[in-house]
Amino acid sequence: MLDRTADNVARATPEPLARKIRGISDKGLAWLFISPTILLLLAVNIFPLFWAIYLSFTNYRANRPNEVVKNLGLANYQRILGDQDIWIAMQTTAHFVFWTILLQTVIGFTLAWLIDRKFRGHAFWTTIILVPMMLSPAVVGNFWRFLYEPQIGLFSYVVSFVTGIPPTNVQMLSNVELAPWAIIIVDTWMWTPYVMLICLAGLRSIPEYIYEAAEVDRASNWRQFWSITLPMALPFIMLAVLFRGIENFKMFDMVNLLTGGGPGSTTEVASITLKRQAFESWRTGYSSAFAIILFVAVFGLANIYVKALNKVKQR
Amino acid sequence: MSLTTAHSVVAPSSNAKLIAGTIIIAYALISIVPLLWIFATSFKTPPDSIAYPPKIVFQPSIEGYCNLFTTRTRQTPEYINSLGPATGFCDETVRKRNMVIAGPSNFLPRFVNSLIIAFGSTFCAVFLGTLSAYGFSRFQVPLADDLLFFILSTRFMPPIAVAIPIYLMYRELGLSDTALGMILLYTAVNVSLAVWLLKGFIDEIPREYEEAAMIDGYTRLQAFWRTVLPQATTGIAATAIFCLIFAWNEYAFAALLTSGSAQTAPPFIPTIIGEGGQDWPAVAAGTTIFLVPILVFTILLRKQLLRGITFGAVRK
Repeated sequence: MLDRTADNVARATPEPLARKIRGISDKGLAWLFISPTILLLLAVNIFPLFWAIYLSFTNYRANRPNEVVKNLGLANYQRILGDQDIWIAMQTTAHFVFWTILLQTVIGFTLAWLIDRKFRGHAFWTTIILVPMMLSPAVVGNFWRFLYEPQIGLFSYVVSFVTGIPPTNVQMLSNVELAPWAIIIVDTWMWTPYVMLICLAGLRSIPEYIYEAAEVDRASNWRQFWSITLPMALPFIMLAVLFRGIENFKMFDMVNLLTGGGPGSTTEVASITLKRQAFESWRTGYSSAFAIILFVAVFGLANIYVKALNKVKQR
Repeated sequence: MSLTTAHSVVAPSSNAKLIAGTIIIAYALISIVPLLWIFATSFKTPPDSIAYPPKIVFQPSIEGYCNLFTTRTRQTPEYINSLGPATGFCDETVRKRNMVIAGPSNFLPRFVNSLIIAFGSTFCAVFLGTLSAYGFSRFQVPLADDLLFFILSTRFMPPIAVAIPIYLMYRELGLSDTALGMILLYTAVNVSLAVWLLKGFIDEIPREYEEAAMIDGYTRLQAFWRTVLPQATTGIAATAIFCLIFAWNEYAFAALLTSGSAQTAPPFIPTIIGEGGQDWPAVAAGTTIFLVPILVFTILLRKQLLRGITFGAVRK
């Protein structure tokens, strides 16, 4: 009631007069409020980015700062695109991203769908399920090394107990075949709740009257699922997939602690290659070029993401 | 209408609920096992922690916590016997293993670094984020959408790609391995989340409140301070917790840009080693102490969680 009156008065007040009594102009205030953030991001994100672009055209090495820097033109980029190891790392990343997203989406959506049955105590159990995703991937990933230890590790013990394989043979992290799956399991354990939470929001956004109408039309449960539930939850699923896709594309911490890219380079995802090139081989120029290539790829994904995000918002 | 709500034709049957409940509870219990195992391991002795088969029932001990906070040296039994009586439980436990406490470990300073850097960067990010979010929410900012996208896009850079030039820049500026450098960096990463989340929260506060306040003679700044901020408290608190969790959990930047005096707990915990390999009870103890604050925050935040993890895109 009071708000409405105030609103009417506000509308009735002539604009220039109102502005005069506000002291600092709105435009000035807007920039005063926004510019610190923009300046910080320019200094800490954009300036280094341009520096990296400059370095990517040189043979600069961070461990030899006094050496003369040579301009190589596009040579770094050419070498990266022709580098077998880089392509293997990209394949490893693609394998990791594909399987984690697939598993997380299927399991996450199923869990959300089950939670949406609203059984008694569902809120409590949902909170329990959400816990892993809030934890530090590095600290928890590190502990999974212990669970994966052959014989003494809980995971290996359970696997050998269930399958009958001798416990010393369950070598999740040192077996070339198993190591990629070891990181997929931890990532799925950690981030399925994330997908679940977003899917749950999607399912809850579907108004009940649509199901009631379908029921009146005698649509089967199967039909309702495919024609109502899935299509209406799809923007949310896509949002979750895009977020996880971007996050897992740049995955570093968990893999670095679990396998460090090993055994050999079987779990060497792009970020690990980048770290090895930049901070172990100190090929700063070369790795900057690789970083720029990765950044362009993620930026493309981010663009798609924001468009999808706006679509979800419009609903 | 009232009939359909009372006996909804679409409400799941009690059978469906039972099956759904069983599966969800089973998943929840299985997914929580690794965390319970961390907690249990932190109370095991080193021999118990590497027993085969893995011990579920064991004599609890705080040896892991002792080892986490101290460094120890091996001594001859004669030397240990020549010492006075043990001063505490830790001292006694360590002596049974033919060792003496040499001094405090680095865990406490690393943990304090984590606290300083996480709270410092959260304060800065939320401060800057609140101002920007208000600016974007209430004023006609030219190119607002582009600026907002720019702010968000900085979040999508792979951390290692950012770390290369930051490493060089910090080396030039003398910010390598300093808390200030880490606070600046985490603020920059978190401010994008803060702006996006807070813009959503501030958008939900009716403009009429400020307008009424301004009619009453408040300036825009006073109206912001006295009417918008108090109403945005929940949103600001939720945003702050999200920023805090990110900064607390962050590993990649910390591992590459800090090595000593400003190192945080995440890169430190994996380096805790005992004699002949990783000291798992001590690692578990460090992990437990490190995770407890996050567990508390997760429970506090559960209603805002969805909003936080989607940068405000999905609201309930």
